[in-house]
Amino acid sequence: MKGRFGRFGGQYVPETVMNALIELEREFEEAKKDEKFMEEYRYYLKEYSGRPTPLYYAENLTKRLGGAKIYLKREDLNHTGAHKINNVLGQVLLAKRMGKKRIIAETGAGQHGVATATAAAMFGMECEIFMGEEDIKRQALNVFRMKLLGAKVTAVTSGTRTLKDAVNEAIRDWVTNIETTFYVIGSVVGPHPYPTMVRDFQRVIGDETKEQILEKEGRLPDYVVACVGGGSNAMGIFYPFIEDKEVKLIGVEAAGEGIETGKHASAMAKGSVGVLHGMMTYLLQDEEGKILPVHSISAGLDYPGVGPEHAYLKEIGRAEYVYATDEEALAAFMDLSQTEGIIPALESAHALAYAMKLAKKLDEDKIIVVNLSGRGDKDVNTVAKVMGVEL
Amino acid sequence: MNRIDRRFDDLKKEGKKALITFITAGDPDIDTTYDIVLALEEAGADIIELGIPYSDPLADGPTIQASSQRALAKGIKIKDIMDLVMRIREKSDIPIVYLVYYNSVFKYGIEKFLEDSKNAGVDGLIIPDLPLEERKEVLDVADKYEIYLIPLVAPTSKERIKAITENGKGFVYCVTLTGVTGAREEIATDLEEYMRLVSSYTSMPKALGFGISGPEMARKLKSLSDGIVVGSAIVERIAKGYNRCEMLKEVKEFVSSLREVL
Repeated sequence: MKGRFGRFGGQYVPETVMNALIELEREFEEAKKDEKFMEEYRYYLKEYSGRPTPLYYAENLTKRLGGAKIYLKREDLNHTGAHKINNVLGQVLLAKRMGKKRIIAETGAGQHGVATATAAAMFGMECEIFMGEEDIKRQALNVFRMKLLGAKVTAVTSGTRTLKDAVNEAIRDWVTNIETTFYVIGSVVGPHPYPTMVRDFQRVIGDETKEQILEKEGRLPDYVVACVGGGSNAMGIFYPFIEDKEVKLIGVEAAGEGIETGKHASAMAKGSVGVLHGMMTYLLQDEEGKILPVHSISAGLDYPGVGPEHAYLKEIGRAEYVYATDEEALAAFMDLSQTEGIIPALESAHALAYAMKLAKKLDEDKIIVVNLSGRGDKDVNTVAKVMGVEL
Repeated sequence: MNRIDRRFDDLKKEGKKALITFITAGDPDIDTTYDIVLALEEAGADIIELGIPYSDPLADGPTIQASSQRALAKGIKIKDIMDLVMRIREKSDIPIVYLVYYNSVFKYGIEKFLEDSKNAGVDGLIIPDLPLEERKEVLDVADKYEIYLIPLVAPTSKERIKAITENGKGFVYCVTLTGVTGAREEIATDLEEYMRLVSSYTSMPKALGFGISGPEMARKLKSLSDGIVVGSAIVERIAKGYNRCEMLKEVKEFVSSLREVL
């Protein structure tokens, strides 16, 4: 069925935006086949964002753990510091093609907001970013970065005042300004065609990884591990490997203070099927379908749902979804910083935490690729606070 | 015959327009909602649109969002709202439609939701995040229980209006503007053109809603439709926090003033 991944996905949105979604889908399908558009997209990925990103063999970490070989896909080396820019460049080029002058986006940690504000600055577009009031407090540095880039940052004071509510508010703005505005969604979530479109703009991560690992190892990896909030970095690296059944795909959600405590963001582990932000997927919700508050040390994973294609990959058993706690992510954050000299984003540290546990249990001839989706500069304040260090 | 059809028939005979009034169930509490519904009817409302409060009401503006939050803070459950409708039914035969977000219906169980709604005496459902493409499953079950799934069209719907209103029941909810709910000073949409288009596709009764703030606006819009929906402007009055008596009096006065012009 169109816009569905099995029973997941769909378009659960107000009628007002339906024609805009239909138009967006048509434009996207045309753009994908338009060699000139794709060439421009690839040009900016290369010249502006610095792709391809390296696939780095983490030798020190591998040797210390004494198990499987660990490779890191260095998405942290992208311009603006995370994989988010891959998708933003694609969507903003599409907005330009559609003649839209104003772009809006939601943001949690601020990475997607910064990436969107960056692209808007370069392409000379008006830009407004919706961000929960709570997140604005937690991520002051990124808020200032967005403002420096010329974007308007609007504090969202409804609901839980975090990422979920920022999405609600962005949708409300989009409904209101539907004729002039392009909504740049930051993950593989939302109504069709967004989950497909964002995946297609992120699959460059997986395409490069495949080529690079074949070049370095002459074979595909045994495991691909990525963190999952909405799940765009994971979907991007998983997608080109879906048909390669020998490659195990593992998504790592945020278990916060532990999934038994209720203070977590593990929609796959503890959620049930429902509808939020236009899609049917796994959600953390109560028995009447009200969305529950979520928690993670990393604002980028602090989301009560997950992209519908992930829900589908789980249901058909193609991907496995596990989780890592705040504490485990912090330990991995420190570990990578000190063994490899790479400070990872707290989001990516979740994937790393699980991969490190896994590596120890595997033979030395096994290969794990970890998607290092972002760099940790933005998290330094959070980590210092946890350590009780005053900056 | 469904109460909604009967009411539109009667109004047509009397040469009047339908006054559809929205309130959130459980704001400020269930017992007061009961009193408000009866007050609305007394003041001349034709149809009650009862909002089922939800955590993420993405079609609503700040007024109804806040109202939803107040109701949820009281711990209101869908079962309480079903019971409320049952109680209202002992006193009143006014048509009642739920305004409910799809996840509430889905999670409750589509079949069970419709069955309980039927038993309580609900006549229709408005689900703002269930467009044409996704509505079939609910529509089939609603038909089985003879509850109307009210079709919504928007100024951006254009040629979609045909498919949306095909075999439609009750009335067409014509959203006046591109945006969320909430009282406005004025509505920028070319409503004459819009309603002409809707009428070219369907002969069902049409109600205009979103942004209608009071009698003055209602008077201007009445010639364009068979009814108007007023929500946020009533919810604002409920939220003012007067004592119950004063609040009921103010709501009644406001609704009477709307009734007079329709």
